[in-house]
Amino acid sequence: MIPAIVSLGGLGLLFGGVLAFASKKFAVYVDPQIEAIRDALPGANCGACGFAGCANFSDAVAAGEAGLADCTPGGADVAAKVADILGMPKPEEGVKVIAQVNCIGFGDIASDSFVYDGILDCTAANAFFDGFKECKYGCLGLGTCAVICPFDAITMKDGKPIIDPELCKACKKCVDDCPRGVISMVHYNPEAYAVLCNSQDKGKQTKAVCQVGCIGDGRCVKVCEYDAMTFEKGKLTKIFPEKCTACGKCAEKCPRNCIVVPSQI
Amino acid sequence: MGEYLAILFGAIFIYNFVLTRFLGICPFLGVSKRVETSVGMSAAVVFVMVMASIITWLIQSYILEPYGLQYLRTIAFILVIASLVQFVEMVIQKVSPSLYEGLGVFLPLITTNCAVLGMAILNIQEQYNILQSIVHAIGAAIGFAIAMVILAGIRERLELATLSKYYKGASVALIAAGILSVAFQGFAGMM
Repeated sequence: MIPAIVSLGGLGLLFGGVLAFASKKFAVYVDPQIEAIRDALPGANCGACGFAGCANFSDAVAAGEAGLADCTPGGADVAAKVADILGMPKPEEGVKVIAQVNCIGFGDIASDSFVYDGILDCTAANAFFDGFKECKYGCLGLGTCAVICPFDAITMKDGKPIIDPELCKACKKCVDDCPRGVISMVHYNPEAYAVLCNSQDKGKQTKAVCQVGCIGDGRCVKVCEYDAMTFEKGKLTKIFPEKCTACGKCAEKCPRNCIVVPSQI
Repeated sequence: MGEYLAILFGAIFIYNFVLTRFLGICPFLGVSKRVETSVGMSAAVVFVMVMASIITWLIQSYILEPYGLQYLRTIAFILVIASLVQFVEMVIQKVSPSLYEGLGVFLPLITTNCAVLGMAILNIQEQYNILQSIVHAIGAAIGFAIAMVILAGIRERLELATLSKYYKGASVALIAAGILSVAFQGFAGMM
């Protein structure tokens, strides 16, 4: 009885003493500001700030190596909190940016060049003879972006990626990981029209493979009264969402029906 | 020499801790989603097992046995392993922050890893001396590492496979682990 109490108690005391000593001896100083910043961040470790994770970002912000507002997912709220913690003036509120899939050629609308029967993942499908679609620029619709999105902002509906503007935090993960480069970040304007075609092909070729491909003849640009569109030979036709007034004249004029309001797909 | 090799290979293949003795299943399934993290976990296990085998052997031979306290073995060993892991974590954090970042998440997980406790108790049951205990610990840890890395490799590939949604995730991992275990039973014929 007594040896049991003494030996076990002694062991506990010994280990407790060693741990107490070690915690003082090997203590690592952590800046309380860094911990406060870490708590204020969203904690998704998405990497939109350019650092590996939220922990690395909080170290960098405290050291002055990263900007206060570099955490795009956190937005103005987090930037204000971080500024508070560091005692710096609040950064100005930026514009909301979201991801947009620049293609509406899903299913039979854009023709396939062969039957693909491999791994159901865009990166794998794209590595196999540049994808199964005739158009080499369009969305493959296998949902790699939906899997990769750390905020669950992208859902696949009938093979179409649908982006929820509320959930999208503009971390650009989908932009980087889409093997077709069909996703881009745009200024968020729910009413604005957009040219949803990513094809760099010549008009004739686009017409042959896709029913809704932009042929780049520029007639939409000519009717725009607000100077909200650009068109250059050999480049994609674009609408600037911040200038678009949603008058819809370009969409009426478009012979290919590729000018639509993305939020209404 | 031959005896040590028998202990080493016995612990790695024939009595594989995870796949034959079914010890340490929690980290085996929990940390085997990616090869990288499973290697990190395995490295931490190797380290802790070797340290724990030495200290538990010393406690068994110099404290518990002389006073006839063998019945306190389990609680004493748990005490040892938990404090050891805590201590190691503090030292690594101070000495090598990069190693700490690599292992950091996995070290606390080992505190309650029954594979470590099982290894310590088996050392006593088999009446190994201190060298044999260390060799047995190394073998057990390598066996754990092999099982972890194989399952992580399988699960990485399964991620890309087209599965029915009822199979996805934990269920297919358990099936893969079961088949792996059956395969390891085949090593029993080696001895």
